[in-house]
Amino acid sequence: MSTAEADQDDIPLFAASRKVYPQSVSGPFRRAKWLILVLCLGVYYLLPFLRWDRGPYLPNQAVLADIANNRFYFFFIEIWPQEVYYFTGLLILAAFVLFLMNAVAGRVWCGYLCPQTVWTDLFLSVERFFEGDRRERMRRDAEPWGFDTLWRKVAKHAVWLVIAWWTGGAWVLYFADAPTLVRELATFTAPLSAYVWIAILTFTTYALAGIMREQVCKYMCPWPRIQAALTDDEALNVTYRYDRGEPRVSVKQAAKLKAQGAPAGDCIDCFQCVAVCPTGIDIRDGAQIDCIQCGLCIDACDTVMTKIGRPNRLIAYDTDGNVQRRLAGLAAIYRPVRLRTLVYAALIAVVGGAMLWQLATRSTAGISVLHERAPLFVTLSDGSIRNAYAVRLLNKRPEHRPFALTVSGLPGIRIEAVGIAPSADLRPVVTVDPDSSREVRVLVTVPAGVPLSPSQAITITASDLFAGETVRADDHFIAPESHR
Amino acid sequence: MDQKHEDPHVDAATGMPTTGHEWDGIRELNTPLPRWWLGIFYATIVWSIGYWIVYPAWPLLTDATKGVIGYASRADISADLAKLKAQRAAQAAGMTEASPAQIKADPTLFQIAMAQGKAAFGDNCAACHGVGGAGAKGYPNLNDDDWLWGGSLPAIQQTIRHGIRVAGDNDTRVSQMPAFGRDGVLKREEIAAVASHVRELAGLSTEPKADLPLGRKVYADNCAACHGAAGKGNQELGAPNLTDAISLYGMDMASLTETIANSRNGVMPGWAGRLDETTIKALTVYVHSLGGGQ
Repeated sequence: MSTAEADQDDIPLFAASRKVYPQSVSGPFRRAKWLILVLCLGVYYLLPFLRWDRGPYLPNQAVLADIANNRFYFFFIEIWPQEVYYFTGLLILAAFVLFLMNAVAGRVWCGYLCPQTVWTDLFLSVERFFEGDRRERMRRDAEPWGFDTLWRKVAKHAVWLVIAWWTGGAWVLYFADAPTLVRELATFTAPLSAYVWIAILTFTTYALAGIMREQVCKYMCPWPRIQAALTDDEALNVTYRYDRGEPRVSVKQAAKLKAQGAPAGDCIDCFQCVAVCPTGIDIRDGAQIDCIQCGLCIDACDTVMTKIGRPNRLIAYDTDGNVQRRLAGLAAIYRPVRLRTLVYAALIAVVGGAMLWQLATRSTAGISVLHERAPLFVTLSDGSIRNAYAVRLLNKRPEHRPFALTVSGLPGIRIEAVGIAPSADLRPVVTVDPDSSREVRVLVTVPAGVPLSPSQAITITASDLFAGETVRADDHFIAPESHR
Repeated sequence: MDQKHEDPHVDAATGMPTTGHEWDGIRELNTPLPRWWLGIFYATIVWSIGYWIVYPAWPLLTDATKGVIGYASRADISADLAKLKAQRAAQAAGMTEASPAQIKADPTLFQIAMAQGKAAFGDNCAACHGVGGAGAKGYPNLNDDDWLWGGSLPAIQQTIRHGIRVAGDNDTRVSQMPAFGRDGVLKREEIAAVASHVRELAGLSTEPKADLPLGRKVYADNCAACHGAAGKGNQELGAPNLTDAISLYGMDMASLTETIANSRNGVMPGWAGRLDETTIKALTVYVHSLGGGQ
């Protein structure tokens, strides 16, 4: 190996990350972000305490993932484990909504709604509170730490940890009755798993929002790559209108150039857009994967433009197509309704409609039948043949429900349930507790003399005696090869 | 070649230091372990010293060091088993007092008894009666409604507790059908004739050359006392019903001839001393609920 090659091996595979010091900024986008931050955090922290009456047998927490009892509650919806496909549907829906947002107005999710953005924003404001704005923070980090810097850093990390701990604390409240769990946590009697999850969430929040910040968006998140592949010329994105901004010259220089009749752009190269950027990029380099499109550079640029008396929105939500059109001397066209957005909207309507229909028509009862295998069939003393089944009845309503069992498919076929007295009309009536399931051993008998093949189809039906809901399951009736 | 490549402890091709070991001109490169790895390695050694002190570690001649916290995995198991027993005792508390009939009538006890009975059946009974009590030739199917010794809860409990043909147990189930052929009570043609008659009783086909009148006479003289004139059997005596669709040893001529000539004396252990009363009750309820209970 030559020396040159050996040297190449010493080049690190990763560029050292450059610390970003976002500067504070004010303007409509910043205000919108604060509002969304308060709303999102408010929902996150307070939702577990919202109550929702479901009657005497069910928990009264509006949103609750009751893992221990295999139930998920969301206001008026109650999901059983086998209905987890609703979540699949929700995820598909969320993906299409993300696509649609992207096709209309770029990375709205990344810039305003993503928990990474919201918590990072919150952590940044704490940092700013203790360590000052961009220049002061940069100065502190460049100097050797004195007592002042030290206590400020300690205080910042302490507050971060408290917020992170509180984030984890709110998270576990979604998995148990919130007021009870809060009391248990305060008296150190909560289950160990609650403390472990709080610790995990504390760590991830502190690490992701405090330490890693924009690196999560740049390196960990898949969405920037997907977004880059999904966007097009007509999608609104946070755009530097280079048709208007270039060439960049200072205010004085611009006046001079204009006097000479030479071209001068509106961008004065003040770097305010770079200073405020939470991912530390230069929006004037064009659309890029590292840009989360939070709009803060718009606020920063507008502030400068107002000061120097030039029109706002040198950086704005605009489309690449419009920049090109203006360069060619054409008028800008905005086309939020186009094939792409129509297709996404249609997909959202289809998936959302299907889920709503599913939810509206979903059964509150269920039956599943399992044929017993040992033995497959029993010959009784009078020559009749009997099969046994494990029948599980599901009652998703918050009340006791009696189900009458019937069987059909063969002449003379009759049904009985072990341990359950038949009703007057000989149908066994199985009462299932509220919001639970019950398994009964069911015996199905076909009298002697009925010609039977080794296997034939039968149907077991359960009818709710009060509400009238009927559920049925198909199974098989097995007979010996030499049935006499 | 520069100076350092002349050094026998440096490999010329890669510039890596070598260990100085050489075999036929091939030298071993010295690639040291990464520092972080070594650090962890040494840390584990230090850690192990703490382990020796805290946990049982060093084998001695007859014993081993106990460790300062006195941990023993065997003690853990004992504690776990005791906990499980206490938990089960609490669940089954009602079953010690209740009779099988009362257990069957109480939904909660019934559920516990079925779970416990199923497990106990799998452990103790399934070897002969099959999983689910399906039985086999010579081993009764417990799902059907044909009982040698009775299918009521007390009868089943009695059979489980005392078994069948258990020597030395006065309460055991005993029936003694003679070996009509082996003991020389009946002649070959009489056995054939009575076997055909038994098939006739059960409504099965008989061979044209069968001597049915002789069979009827032999049956009346030798079999009817226990099995009844019509062959309906007698559970008091453990005499099976010969006319129903179920037979323990088979109703073909060969099986019947074998049964009549040599008799059948199936056995089942009594479980009274081996299983506790609660388990026997659970088994009683479980077997009774398989589908044939009376």
